Amino acid sequence: MSTTVEAGPLLEVKGLRMHFPVTEGIVSRRVVGEVKAVDGIDFTVRRGETLGLVGESGCGKTTTGRCILRLEKPTAGEILYDGVDLAKLDRKALLAVRRRIQVIFQDPYSSLNPRMKVGQIIAEPMKVHGIERDAAKRDERVRELLSVCGLPAAFADRYPHEMSGGQRQRVGIARALALNPEFIVCDEAVSALDVSIQAQVVNLLEDLRERFGLTYLFIAHDLSVVRHLCQRMAVMYLGRIVETADGDELFGNPLHPYTKALLAAVPVPDPTVEATRTFRPVQGEVPSPINPPSGCVFHPRCPMAVESCKHTRPEPREVRPGHIVACSEVH
Amino acid sequence: MPSLLEIRDLHTEFRTGAGVVRAVDGVSYAVGHGETVAIVGESGSGKSVSAMSILRLIPNPPGRITKGEILLSGRDLLRLSDEEMREVRGGEIGMVFQEPMTSLNPVLTIGRQITEAVEQHRGADRATAHARALALLGLVGIADAARRLKQYPHQLSGGMRQRVMIAIALACDPKLIIADEPTTALDVTIQAQILELMKDLTRRLNVALIIITHNLGVVARYANRVNVMYAGRIVESGPAAAIYHTPRHPYTIGLLRSVPRLDRPRIARLDSVEGQPPDLTRLDGGCAFRPRCRFAVEACATSRPELSPVEADDHLAACFRSAELGAAGAAA
Repeated sequence: MSTTVEAGPLLEVKGLRMHFPVTEGIVSRRVVGEVKAVDGIDFTVRRGETLGLVGESGCGKTTTGRCILRLEKPTAGEILYDGVDLAKLDRKALLAVRRRIQVIFQDPYSSLNPRMKVGQIIAEPMKVHGIERDAAKRDERVRELLSVCGLPAAFADRYPHEMSGGQRQRVGIARALALNPEFIVCDEAVSALDVSIQAQVVNLLEDLRERFGLTYLFIAHDLSVVRHLCQRMAVMYLGRIVETADGDELFGNPLHPYTKALLAAVPVPDPTVEATRTFRPVQGEVPSPINPPSGCVFHPRCPMAVESCKHTRPEPREVRPGHIVACSEVH
Repeated sequence: MPSLLEIRDLHTEFRTGAGVVRAVDGVSYAVGHGETVAIVGESGSGKSVSAMSILRLIPNPPGRITKGEILLSGRDLLRLSDEEMREVRGGEIGMVFQEPMTSLNPVLTIGRQITEAVEQHRGADRATAHARALALLGLVGIADAARRLKQYPHQLSGGMRQRVMIAIALACDPKLIIADEPTTALDVTIQAQILELMKDLTRRLNVALIIITHNLGVVARYANRVNVMYAGRIVESGPAAAIYHTPRHPYTIGLLRSVPRLDRPRIARLDSVEGQPPDLTRLDGGCAFRPRCRFAVEACATSRPELSPVEADDHLAACFRSAELGAAGAAA
């Protein structure tokens, strides 16, 4: 990787919890339980790096992203962005921080307003935040952003429905860049795209990071894309982070049994490799986060589980420099 | 041995406000008994429409199968009456769709949906059908089958629902199953379980499988043959090993290169296929991939290359330069 990763953390998440109430009844809503979408996680994102947050549906990766963007108010924990705790900010203070933190969503079909022209969509954040009040300058900025994202300037006058999925995703990226942010949460930003288009957008995201010195939190379920884009990765399972390490270390030497299962399940596009690969998919399914298993949440599916895993929740430990694992059986 | 299914020069088109879309534009291929054939392509390539055409599930209007033959054990499905076709669907041909939540009926129990198929096609009585449903759930690896039969789709997880879909597809001992993106909506670990299950069952029961996917990785492990589609046509067809190791169409080469691979060292930059997918209402007489192709020559603009053998008889590519691409493909 040609970018230099500065050592200081830009984002530090400590003990983040996001519990959603489960209610019953139509008139009087009684709380009958809670979904522990995110259940006490810690991680840091260093300035200039891309941290991959991976896991299967329902593991809490998207909720984590939404908490950082403060689209949700976390139940507990700290989200220190450049030293300021986002979890405690009020609306007004948030608005200022939001200029620095932007988001790219998964679905380029539902995340763009179909009644707005592309130019208006990209200009909207500038209007909201009251920068570039001069319309002519704003139009110029829109054209510049379109060109940065590989779209012709004439697209400013088009509507989203006139564009392909890949082009729409480029519009979403241009909108995220409109305020010159430092940090972008990419929530499954390339998942909805076709293979050939996905590669284009992945390359674009990388170019932009280098050009503008961006820091990404890249939330995804596709491990091959995550390995390609991210310097470090955190693997989530049922609201918790089970393993964090540098990309090469995590893929070369996965330690947590869930990470191993996840990596083994990724098919390789080569019939010869696949024919020689012995492989038993991990059994069972992800349990409900309303009623997660006791102890280690992975124990009912884990091939390494011992008796103590049923009672004791394993705390994350640094087993090698920079390689953190939450499993009592990894030494 | 004659093929189980033979598709000859199939054309399916849709009349839209923007013009006529030739979603399937002259597709021919065969599926042998017990063979797994993958149809790979991106959105709009016609992979799903070609499969739905086999089942004659093209909404009309706006869609219409305009030309071609679909021979299942020698019988042309396009000439059957609606009634006869209903017997084929769910009878000789089983179906598994992408979204198990929307393809199962939410107000019927799992048991009812399986027994319905058995009663409909086999004329079985309730008790026989119930016993068959129990056996099928066991076959697809659902534990506690008796209890599950009484449940509704929303009470099951995504992976479990897809297992139920497979059970329904298998209910009447089909000769062929058409699976349209069967694992796309599922998580990786569940995807692996479902694919292993389908592979295991189709081999054991000698059922042929047409699996439609956009993911080249998914089919590498499971397909005997692979057909790559682009803009309504098959651009390359061959045994899986040939397609992956010596691809001879620029689009196939591009697709294989644009996915990062976990089994190889990380590369600095992905080799993407530039440009956008074509607008199917505005195709001209040339090769549809031409605007995105780095090998395009003048001839590509004026005439459309036919699917023709390269090297081996069973490896076909639709490209004027496929012979030269041998070296380029090997480097991929």
